[in-house]
Amino acid sequence: MPLWVTFWGTRGSIPVSLDCASVRDKLADAIVAASGKGLDTQEKARAWVDTELDFAVSHTFGGNSACVQLDAGDGEYVLCDLGSGVRAFGNHVFRRDGPAKRNVFHVFQSHLHWDHIMGFPFFGPAYVPGNRIRIYGCHPNLEEALRRQQDPPSFPVPFDSLAASIEFVTLQPGRSYDIAGWSVTARLQNHSGDSYGYRFVRDDRIIVYSTDSEHRLDVPDEVEGAATFFADADLVIFDAMYSLADAVSVKEDWGHSSNVVAVELCQLANAKHLVLFHHEPANDDEDIARIWQETLRYEEISRTGQALRVSAAYDGLEIEL
Amino acid sequence: MQVSQERYGDALVLTPVGRIDNSSTDGLRAELQAHLANCRDGGDRLVLDFSKVDYISSVGLRILMLAAKQVREQGGSIVIAALQPVVQEIFEISRFKLMFQCFGTVREALAKLSATALAAYDSARGA
Repeated sequence: MPLWVTFWGTRGSIPVSLDCASVRDKLADAIVAASGKGLDTQEKARAWVDTELDFAVSHTFGGNSACVQLDAGDGEYVLCDLGSGVRAFGNHVFRRDGPAKRNVFHVFQSHLHWDHIMGFPFFGPAYVPGNRIRIYGCHPNLEEALRRQQDPPSFPVPFDSLAASIEFVTLQPGRSYDIAGWSVTARLQNHSGDSYGYRFVRDDRIIVYSTDSEHRLDVPDEVEGAATFFADADLVIFDAMYSLADAVSVKEDWGHSSNVVAVELCQLANAKHLVLFHHEPANDDEDIARIWQETLRYEEISRTGQALRVSAAYDGLEIEL
Repeated sequence: MQVSQERYGDALVLTPVGRIDNSSTDGLRAELQAHLANCRDGGDRLVLDFSKVDYISSVGLRILMLAAKQVREQGGSIVIAALQPVVQEIFEISRFKLMFQCFGTVREALAKLSATALAAYDSARGA
């Protein structure tokens, strides 16, 4: 049975919207690129956009802050993080299931920084009686963080007014849990206030969600621990927010990693597919597309074993495993 | 890792050889450490000749960053010369190109750092 991973929010630190000037530039670039192509129907134009137009022009990386869905097609929803992307996910659930269906949602929180919880007050299914939401995490103040952001004067609807049944479940890092058909293990990561990565295993397929983590490859224990956690993963969703130069200089100890470390760690762990995630908000689509291409090249340069597939996450990206 | 050294006046040229990755960075760190204390204002200028380096990993780059940080705090100079095409790509991908002064050749680096060192270099080569 196929597993799907859908990215609802991929930006780091704060949501970023495409502004008017950027849309105008993309349109102008596309019109120039399309000249002489004979694109006189919607079908021809769409096909050309999908296959030939430069990715940074035809797409935007977004967008919303962290929210990723793991879908095994068995009816219960599984998410990582409640960034602003969870609002779009909630709307998707309403469209797909209609107003009458009651659902169960399992949410794994990497940590409690604002960009990873800010979407919850706008998560429509939380307002629907009969829905069940179980929020898992390793931080002891998990519930407090979710409640506090809806306290006055920050938000008009208090947490206790949410009509869904909401439970908080504290996990122990290093211990394996069977949740919603997945075997899930959390691992402590290096980030201000701590963060936790999650390794999900189901039907011999492995997905690692490792965001907001500063991986230090000069520390042998850290390398060994991370490589074991990532071992043989089919998909690694990795915080590649900074350049390596920034990550080891002015932004050292800021709690994020780079594309270069992402590739090296995945190669060491024999992972199959790396997804660059938690994009730096200062980077525009062209910047992220360039970082993606450079990462592909670095993977070629540093490869010693099997090829590692590399993608750059964007809001709406779906990956089948 | 093998690192050869040559002195030209008030400049020291260190030439590492081979891949700089997790298995060789301890050697590079030790070689650099032996010379960093003298790389200060009024002391040695340091040129890292990368003409014989064919790969450098993130750990190796971090060692360069730490060395540069120490040297700059001491008021000294450390530059890189003769990056080979693949390593030059790595410097660009990692944005280390923005953190270091990189020169096409050792001679160009010495010309920037010290007239005395350049004269010694040219003299050693019969120029």
